[in-house]
Amino acid sequence: MRPDLAIIAKLIAPKSNVLDLGCGDGALLDYLQKEKAVTGIGLEIDADNIESCIDKGVNVIEQNLDQGLANFKDDSFDTVLLAQTIQALSKPEQLLDDMLRIGRRGIVTFPNFGNWKARSYLATRGRMPVSKFMPYEWYDTPNIHFCTVKDFDALCREKNIQVLGRTVVDSEHQGNWAMRTWPNLLGEIAIYHLSRTD
Amino acid sequence: MHNSAKPDSVGLVTPTSYHFDEALTLRSGKVLSGFDLMVETYGELNAERSNAVLICHALSGDHHAAGYHSEEDDKPGWWDSCIGPGKAIDTNKFFVVCLNNLGGCSGSTGPVSINPETGKHYGPDFPVVTVRDWVKSQVMLADRLGIDKWAAVVGGSLGGMQVLRWAISYPERLGHAVCIAAAPKLSAQNIAFNEVARHSIISDPNFHNGHYLEHGTYPKQGLMLARMVGHITYLSDSAMRAKFGTDVSDFGGNFGRDLRSGKLSFGFNVDFQVESYLRYQGERFSENFDANTYLLMTKALDYFDPSVDFDGDLSKAFENSNCKFMLMSFSTDWRFPPERSRELVEHLLDAKRHVSYLEIEADQGHDAFLLPVPRYIRAFSKYMNRIHRELNNHAS
Repeated sequence: MRPDLAIIAKLIAPKSNVLDLGCGDGALLDYLQKEKAVTGIGLEIDADNIESCIDKGVNVIEQNLDQGLANFKDDSFDTVLLAQTIQALSKPEQLLDDMLRIGRRGIVTFPNFGNWKARSYLATRGRMPVSKFMPYEWYDTPNIHFCTVKDFDALCREKNIQVLGRTVVDSEHQGNWAMRTWPNLLGEIAIYHLSRTD
Repeated sequence: MHNSAKPDSVGLVTPTSYHFDEALTLRSGKVLSGFDLMVETYGELNAERSNAVLICHALSGDHHAAGYHSEEDDKPGWWDSCIGPGKAIDTNKFFVVCLNNLGGCSGSTGPVSINPETGKHYGPDFPVVTVRDWVKSQVMLADRLGIDKWAAVVGGSLGGMQVLRWAISYPERLGHAVCIAAAPKLSAQNIAFNEVARHSIISDPNFHNGHYLEHGTYPKQGLMLARMVGHITYLSDSAMRAKFGTDVSDFGGNFGRDLRSGKLSFGFNVDFQVESYLRYQGERFSENFDANTYLLMTKALDYFDPSVDFDGDLSKAFENSNCKFMLMSFSTDWRFPPERSRELVEHLLDAKRHVSYLEIEADQGHDAFLLPVPRYIRAFSKYMNRIHRELNNHAS
């Protein structure tokens, strides 16, 4: 079990309905189905990932998130998940709205661009950060909407989205007291548990 | 070596005819007092009788889905690309059943059969059958074969519609519904093409109001034309360009305008390859298919709309379904394009059913479901193998 998925899994109630946006090879839904009796559906566009889902017995729908989620009804899932995908969407704000329309709860994880490594890379070299963790050059990256922990906090405030919990971890998915104290500086991956505000 | 001896072929197969004495009341209200179904099976039924897969055929299909009838056969069954040892529907794992639907012309009771009440061919008097009627008769076949529950019911196009009907009307009798290149109901354009096909048959002077067999003839021209129109809708523009255009230039080929004899005739004969191909397809089809059956099959397509019993709400129709659904569509299919499958997916999601859906990039149009498109075959195999694994897990 990938450590980030383990952290997410803790936020999901047993026997709930989960929609996983950009579900990858279906590892999380597979785990949730087996360990938490969750009913899940994943959306994915990569052919190999889709086949892995089918192989695992994970329901998967080939659908591009950039084309919206109009085919999902309001309140049709308990939790909608968006793991390591929001930075690659063309309209992240719209998708966030859709997530919390379809489910009362949402989980969003993303690479924190405010991390000191990215900051110092840009500050010292004057170039867009390229690392093992963010391995793409600016001109061929799928990640077109990077944000920082502070940016995401601000967006949630602006949109009146309730943050039930926020965890930051490093690329090994370990957290510590320092990261909890300076999440935007030290966290490499941010994990948000969100809720609609009624 | 004949192709039937190849390791991935089901080999030589022989159909079996099953007679049913029970009366079958059709959706139209008419009653068939008894009927025959022509059936082929491949693979072995396991001891638990749980590994049976039903194949539903499309407009011009029949019971002969895989393998060869004799060593003289040069063409295998219509879905040989997907059925056989090691293929997507693996006959080493599944007991595969395919039948010719009622109203067909390949051995099951239909317009070319003798009406026991008159001693003559049914001809145009054979009642209009619907997808619902076919599935009813398929249930009777399942009972006869001792199959309480299909591991999966599988079909493409009109076959996919039968799959949906199974899922809606007999939810306890299938584990999985595999519905390929289908639609929740026909569009006006779909019906329009069917009407052109029907009109060409009916207006053929040899049609004789459907009683052509008594006149010792058949509406060859009408059937040919019907098939030619149909065939165009099964192919995509890109498929036709590729098929009939060998002259690849810097401008991306010649749009499939290959000439048949190298020069224009300046007459109304066949100039282009595509013309001779369509004529050949139409001709071959007209010699092997019954015109009344063609009329019936197109009507079954036109009438298909399982939402009618649920105030037009297909989501409600799926609410009783128990099975898991796997849908696939093809990018260049303009007969039942991906949007139509997406409609089905949306209704299935609304009904909170288990559903997977794939949209396969393929140049071949509607016909792609019959062809060995690599991504399609891989995903199809993975899904079927997963069904088989689930069967074993339940048994152990």
